[in-house]
Amino acid sequence: MSALLSVEGLGISFGGLRAVHDVSFAVKPGEILSVIGPNGAGKTTLFNMISGVYRPGAGRVMLNGEDVTAMRPDLLARRGMSRTFQNLQIFQNMTVLENAIAGFHLTESGSLMADLLRLPASRARARTAREGAMRLLERVGLERAAETDAGNLSYGRLKRLEIARALALDPKVLLLDEPAAGCNAVETEEIDHMIAEVAASGVAILLVEHDMKMVMRISSHIVVLDHGEKIAEGDPATVSRDPKVIAAYLGAEAGEETDA
Amino acid sequence: MRPSHKSATLLVLIPLILLAPVFFPSSFYYRVGALIFINGLAVTGMVILIGYAGQISLGHAGFAGIGAYSCALMPVHWGIPPVLAAVFGAVISALLAWLVGRPILRLKGYYLAVATLGFGILVYMVLTNETWLTGGPDGMNVADSGLRDLAKSLGINMKNSEFWYWLCAIVMVAGVWLAMNLQDSPTGRALRAVHGSEVAARTVGVDVARYKLQAFVISAVYASVAGSMVALQNEFVTPDVSGYMHSIEWVTMTVLGGAGSVLGAIFGAAILTLLPQVLTAFAEYEQLLLGLIMMLVMIFMPDGLLPSIMRRIRGKDE
Ligand SMILES: Nc1ncnc2c1ncn2[C@@H]1O[C@H](COP(=O)(O)OP(=O)(O)O)[C@@H](O)[C@H]1O
Ligand SMILES: [Mg+2]
Repeated sequence: MSALLSVEGLGISFGGLRAVHDVSFAVKPGEILSVIGPNGAGKTTLFNMISGVYRPGAGRVMLNGEDVTAMRPDLLARRGMSRTFQNLQIFQNMTVLENAIAGFHLTESGSLMADLLRLPASRARARTAREGAMRLLERVGLERAAETDAGNLSYGRLKRLEIARALALDPKVLLLDEPAAGCNAVETEEIDHMIAEVAASGVAILLVEHDMKMVMRISSHIVVLDHGEKIAEGDPATVSRDPKVIAAYLGAEAGEETDA
Repeated sequence: MRPSHKSATLLVLIPLILLAPVFFPSSFYYRVGALIFINGLAVTGMVILIGYAGQISLGHAGFAGIGAYSCALMPVHWGIPPVLAAVFGAVISALLAWLVGRPILRLKGYYLAVATLGFGILVYMVLTNETWLTGGPDGMNVADSGLRDLAKSLGINMKNSEFWYWLCAIVMVAGVWLAMNLQDSPTGRALRAVHGSEVAARTVGVDVARYKLQAFVISAVYASVAGSMVALQNEFVTPDVSGYMHSIEWVTMTVLGGAGSVLGAIFGAAILTLLPQVLTAFAEYEQLLLGLIMMLVMIFMPDGLLPSIMRRIRGKDE
């Protein structure tokens, strides 16, 4: 099968800092491609370029054979791209359920007039979205918090809410930026299963994750970034033996935090 | 927001409107009541803009000016009946909001505030300076809308002030009903998503610019109709209807009462319309007290009056 999403020579600089430089890779439907690397390596920046939040300074992003470089995120969403954020982007002014319903925006929105007059068509669309959202909340174990204000949820639960919202788009490509951060071992395993399940249904997944055990277990393919550049790529076994990868991680560990 | 909000809002509002006249000491209070409803209508639109979509405008009285002067000018020049002129005025306001909103709504926060303020002042200046058309600062007469006669012919015979009390109430309730429908609808959710996180709204597919513009246009229509009501009731308009102080008043009412809810904003409109009447007893200290009350509310009840009071009642401390 050919690649669903590919990036070619992607790069961006902030002032003098080359945050990402000349990164290329491709993901096929059903694959889980993990992007790993020490803190500040450029993983989130890479996601932001792919998802249209940042405009790349160089390179292209191809989705389903179409050049979607620097395309607006809402247009990318229409083309089947969905994502979560490392630094949560929750609608704090809504309940948990409404956050999940918001993920159905593209299928539930219709005419403004129908909404203003609360016509049956509008209500039917809203109801369908609500039911779908409820099912997703059950899937991530948040059904009992449905009516809670989203702002009152713990960090780990908000992470899962973002996953539910991202899945609501029924994406072809899903970008997950540290979905298991702040989650305990049990929750991490649940998320792990869920990601594998979503991939098995034919979605191409791009994953950034610090939990190396999880990455090694579920990735079909790994890309390693360091200082914005791709230093290694391959299957989990190959990458974990790569001396450059080990060096990059040892360097980072000596610097500040431990990623294991 | 729970879906039951709509019924709850209407269940609070309608009995209050029906019962209030029982306590009116004189027919003057019907006029005050009508003014509350006109402001209530305008701030309901502001809730859609501020409370739902998270945008600001300090220029919406400009649309009120367009609504008011449509009622004044169209009957004279084109022979259009004043009520129909109000509808056309709303359409013109919507078109203008759409044109102006497209470039302006790219701005955020205080930039947006200043740009909208500029728009409001522009409308005010045109209405003031184009004397040949608008009669300038002296204002102009508005033809009798014939609505009261229509009511009479239907067997409803009321004093002028009473008639406008009930008519303004009906228009406001209709506006509230639409706004409440919107709140729990797909569009309302998209607007609130834009408010909550623009970047997240975009990633779920919300065309942020389009939805901001929708909120701006809808709220402009509310302001325009409010302006038309002023003109039709008084049968006279001056450029003051579009003065920027009214724009600021509406934002203040909305935020003071509680921008998150229609009921809160209308509560704010009622308080800020009534307070000056009450505070006249304090003569030269009136403005001072008004300012002081506004400051204290915002310091101690940053969510606005109604949400804070409701929280006290429910005993939720957060
Ligand atoms: N908007 C921005 N402006 C300036 N610098 C940025 C911006 N976004 C990211 N960076 C910088 O780019 C580098 C990569 O950051 P990031 O992509 O967040 O790393 P990672 O997700 O791999 O931890 C960091 O040095 C960060 O400070
Ligand atoms: Mg990151």
